[in-house]
Amino acid sequence: MPKITYIEHNGKEHVVDADVGVSVMEAAVKNMVPGIDADCGGACACATCHVYVDAAWMDKVGKPEAMEESMLDFAHEPKENSRLSCQIAVRKELDGLVVRLPEFQG
Amino acid sequence: MNGRAIIIGAGQAGAQAAQSMRQAGFAGEIVIFGEEPEPPYQRPPLSKGYLQGELDTERLYLRPLAFYDQLKIDLRLGVRVASIDRAAKAVATEKGETVSYDKLLIATGAPPRRLACQGADLAGIHYLRTIADSDALRPVLSEGGRIVIVGAGYIGLEAAASARKAGLEVTVLEMADRVLARVAGKEISAFYEKLHRDHGVDLRLGAALDHFEGEKAVAAAILKSGETIACKAVLVGVGAAPATALAEAADLRLANGVWTDERAQTSDPSIFAAGDCASHPSAIYDRRIRLESVPNAIEQAKVAGVNMAGGEARYDAVPWFWSDQFDVKLQTVGVSEGADETVIRGEPSTRRFSVWYFQRGRLIAVDAVNDPAAFAISKRLIGKSGLDAVKLADAGTDLKSLAF
Ligand SMILES: Cc1cc2nc3c(=O)[nH]c(=O)nc-3n(C[C@H](O)[C@H](O)[C@H](O)COP(=O)(O)OP(=O)(O)OC[C@H]3O[C@@H](n4cnc5c(N)ncnc54)[C@H](O)[C@@H]3O)c2cc1C
Ligand code: FES
Repeated sequence: MPKITYIEHNGKEHVVDADVGVSVMEAAVKNMVPGIDADCGGACACATCHVYVDAAWMDKVGKPEAMEESMLDFAHEPKENSRLSCQIAVRKELDGLVVRLPEFQG
Repeated sequence: MNGRAIIIGAGQAGAQAAQSMRQAGFAGEIVIFGEEPEPPYQRPPLSKGYLQGELDTERLYLRPLAFYDQLKIDLRLGVRVASIDRAAKAVATEKGETVSYDKLLIATGAPPRRLACQGADLAGIHYLRTIADSDALRPVLSEGGRIVIVGAGYIGLEAAASARKAGLEVTVLEMADRVLARVAGKEISAFYEKLHRDHGVDLRLGAALDHFEGEKAVAAAILKSGETIACKAVLVGVGAAPATALAEAADLRLANGVWTDERAQTSDPSIFAAGDCASHPSAIYDRRIRLESVPNAIEQAKVAGVNMAGGEARYDAVPWFWSDQFDVKLQTVGVSEGADETVIRGEPSTRRFSVWYFQRGRLIAVDAVNDPAAFAISKRLIGKSGLDAVKLADAGTDLKSLAF
């Protein structure tokens, strides 16, 4: 199982074993990582699952699609490496992925 | 604050309220009674991805079971609450257990309205609210043949899209002269009518159902006009009714659902209500409204949770909603009912546009089709007057320049 590290805004780290095929958002919720609200449950409709992808992982994770990009524009403090974690599917190649959580969602 | 809080209904609102009570520092006992066997789960995929077989049941759960353990939330699943005794401050379960409360939350949701016409109790006539309902409908999708969907609201249309994707023949019967008539303006209706017809849905507007025929299982829907539509199954999606029976029997005030104030408190100061079952006064709309949506359940339950924990919160969140049909995402902000003017931004034929609804010059709602930027901006503009309609209608105007 790929390991994903979530780093809370206050620096606290959570290392999680994620199932291949679920989203990075779902892996966080299932493992009780705080700081991801995911109000719409992964429908790319709410932008409350915002994460910052670690610079070293940007290429492997890839770029958001157009819908997601527009949603991100209005998230709290969007940056170059912002993604909606419900739109990133866990794959074998993402073993070791590091994402950081924003101070707030929505 | 200590004592015992009881939550009736282990759905979207019930789960959120429990969590918000803990976040607000409530240290007492929290008991959630849920009639369904599953822990709190999300319903939106029941007419979309889950119905299409894209995810397994566990992926619907809002939180893993360990989450409730961690927060010391006592989830009692498969238990229906039968009555509330306000004088004794206790609820009785259907199994005869009595549990007292200091604070109570009613979060019982809104089950589907059922048809009472001839043949309505034949096998093969489905409703869609629960995992069990979606599980019962899914095999129908792989069997082929025709399904008749009664009602062109969001659930009916989403199920129609899912059924078409699975290769079923689909007839949708709608009594009104347009789809989504209760919730959206005519431009949105026209767009979705074309979308469904382009995908091969046999959409009948102004078509009133009379009754069903069949031996044991439904075999045909008969219209008031006399026309017969042969089918293998029926899905009824004619709206939902707030579950107010417990509140009514306990003599709580009702008003299109359980009456609550802006603190989510009912007419009894120890009892709160949230989600689909509750109506609340809306400052934005200056009237009492009841919403059926995930964001409403979450936001209202947060308010209820904080107040039940002894804090102070008021509900004034801007309503929003989404719907996925085929490859089109609709995001709605506000409530368009009562609009006297609409502005269309973008061209519907491009499948990316938005409809802006005004009442006496005030923006009251926006329907954004595949246009999340319009959706996000409008969340900040609802309730405001003085938007430049000409600039708004010009798709060349940067939306961000409109946000003030
Ligand atoms: C098919 C479908 C698709 C949807 N799609 C969307 C969408 O795309 N976007 C959106 O925003 N919203 C959508 N919704 C609406 C959304 O799911 C609801 O608004 C939301 O679930 C309301 O939450 P709630 O907690 O008020 O009610 P519910 O989630 O329905 O929870 C109420 C619970 O209380 C239980 N209960 C009732 N009475 C008792 C009792 N006496 N004792 C014990 N338990 C009891 C019920 O069994 C139920 O489990 C959809 C709904 C459905 C059915
Ligand atoms: S969970 Fe709502 S956008 Fe990701």
